[in-house]
Amino acid sequence: MFYREAGQYKKTYSADMAVFPILQDRIGIGLILLTAAVIIPIFGSNFFISTVMIPFLVFSLAAMGLNIVTGYTGLISLGTGAFMGVGAFACYKLTTYFPNVNIIIWILASGVFSAAIGALFGLPSLRIKGFYLAVATLAAQFFLEWCFVRVPWLFNYNASGAIEVPTRTLFGVAITGANATPTTRYLVLLGIVVLMTWVASNILHGRIGRTFMAVRDMDIAAELMGIRLLPAKLTAFAMSSFYCGVAGACMMFLWYGGGEASDAFNINQSFNILFMVIIGGLGSLIGCFFGAALLNIVPIILKFGLPAIGVPLAGATAEHINHLFVGSLIIFFLIVEPHGLARLWQITKQKLRTWPFPY
Amino acid sequence: MNAMNHSEFRQDIAPGETLLAVDNVTLRFGGVKAITDVSFDIRKGEVRAIIGPNGAGKTSMLNVINGFYHPQEGRITYRGQTRSKMRPHVAASQGIARTFQNVALFKGMTTLDNIMVGRTLKMRTPFFWHLFRHGPAMREEIEHRKFVEEIIDFLEIEHIRKVPVGKLPYGLQKRVELGRALAMQPELLLLDEPMAGMNLEEKEDMCRFILDTKEQYGTTIALIEHDMGVVMDLSDRVVVLEYGQKIADGTPDEVKKNQKVIDAYLGVAH
Repeated sequence: MFYREAGQYKKTYSADMAVFPILQDRIGIGLILLTAAVIIPIFGSNFFISTVMIPFLVFSLAAMGLNIVTGYTGLISLGTGAFMGVGAFACYKLTTYFPNVNIIIWILASGVFSAAIGALFGLPSLRIKGFYLAVATLAAQFFLEWCFVRVPWLFNYNASGAIEVPTRTLFGVAITGANATPTTRYLVLLGIVVLMTWVASNILHGRIGRTFMAVRDMDIAAELMGIRLLPAKLTAFAMSSFYCGVAGACMMFLWYGGGEASDAFNINQSFNILFMVIIGGLGSLIGCFFGAALLNIVPIILKFGLPAIGVPLAGATAEHINHLFVGSLIIFFLIVEPHGLARLWQITKQKLRTWPFPY
Repeated sequence: MNAMNHSEFRQDIAPGETLLAVDNVTLRFGGVKAITDVSFDIRKGEVRAIIGPNGAGKTSMLNVINGFYHPQEGRITYRGQTRSKMRPHVAASQGIARTFQNVALFKGMTTLDNIMVGRTLKMRTPFFWHLFRHGPAMREEIEHRKFVEEIIDFLEIEHIRKVPVGKLPYGLQKRVELGRALAMQPELLLLDEPMAGMNLEEKEDMCRFILDTKEQYGTTIALIEHDMGVVMDLSDRVVVLEYGQKIADGTPDEVKKNQKVIDAYLGVAH
């Protein structure tokens, strides 16, 4: 009843082409941003921020990266984890060599390195498609994972073989390392995610996004419209890997605060993010957030929520139930709604628009 | 329709001159000859029909013209420039647009976005501006949006502007596909069975759009069609293929009287 576009006339093309053409959507997004930036840091407990919000934002960013190449351009990639790893290690090396440059700049710059690596491993995409491409990207995953463990230069010859996140500050406040509070880390991460989501939305709503989707939907016709397939696919891979790389750097520096790459950036991580994209909705930015939220929150509820209300659940059981749940969700979505939560959301909005008189 | 009257491509070739010439083209797939030694030309500003029974090599001919297939023998001269091999996107940049026999739209995108893709080649803003979707990038979007709206207006598809094309009925999909090709402001438009599977009313609409396209934009059209009534009414000249060979070439009236054509379509008593 309140979600109506009646009376909102578009007088210019730019108003019509806006990302949120409906006023209520703009209000909604404003409220969400307000909640995320003000209410959660003030009222959220440290536990909530560091176990729910920070992982959610990191995964959203990674899912966005994968969605660009898989959802928008139609190229299946299983190298997400590795590309995230490239970002994390690039950031680590950069901040080791240039400790005086602000870490946020290096987190964003580390995406450039993973973009280059991603474009390199995207080269086979011109010749091979579908599952075969997925296998080719698996090669990237295994090769890079091998590098993370076997090339000691990457982790500065640490005895532990792990990334050790140093303390870095912004305006005198520690934002990475052991001294940074969850709230500061969360706010920095939120800033990065909002910025990158805005940029992704800009790119995907314009010519480049249309190029990606044209390649996805009908590559022959796209070529006929003058789109050169190789540059288009490589751009998609580079952009996707850029996002994954930044997500990986955020993961190490703002969430984990250091750790072993073989745990964080392995093939399971790639699959996990692929599931987020499938459940959230292929080819939808908001779907990335839905998917990340669902797959991130369910394990937490199983792990902490159920024992809190008196259902005893051992750690191992929770993990198994989590696997069962994710598996059945994927089957459910593949059968019932291949476009994921994002499509359900769209349908809901469509229904709301005409409610209570659908005819 | 102001924007459409000054198409960029049209300077060099006067109406009536040869725009595209196909000389002795032979196309083989392994041992199978799809096209054997076919020559014909398309003159600027005309509607040129390519007809023939199923499997005659008509679609293969179009694929040769816009670079999907590379013929083993023969030459293709387009706007005075002879070429043997070329990629489809190069053909597109030189002003050859095309629609497909089985609709090849971008199904997940809206009508508007589909037609906007047709403008891709004319968009030049560097990547940097797309990061912000402001400044030059947005100005360019709006400028092309205006052009696309003119095409939408021309094809009378305003009501489906924001509908994903996968949900549209077949007849409208064909129309959107024509729109997408027109958005490229082509010099030469190749239509592969634009009226297949349509009812009479839809066919009449489509004929009107084809004739209007020719009138308003001065586009040269090569057309494959099975509906002989449509072919004879629309086209200026007709080339007839059978088993990959050219059996007749001329005005609709000449072709209609040609004994070989009658035999090809009706069969001969043995």
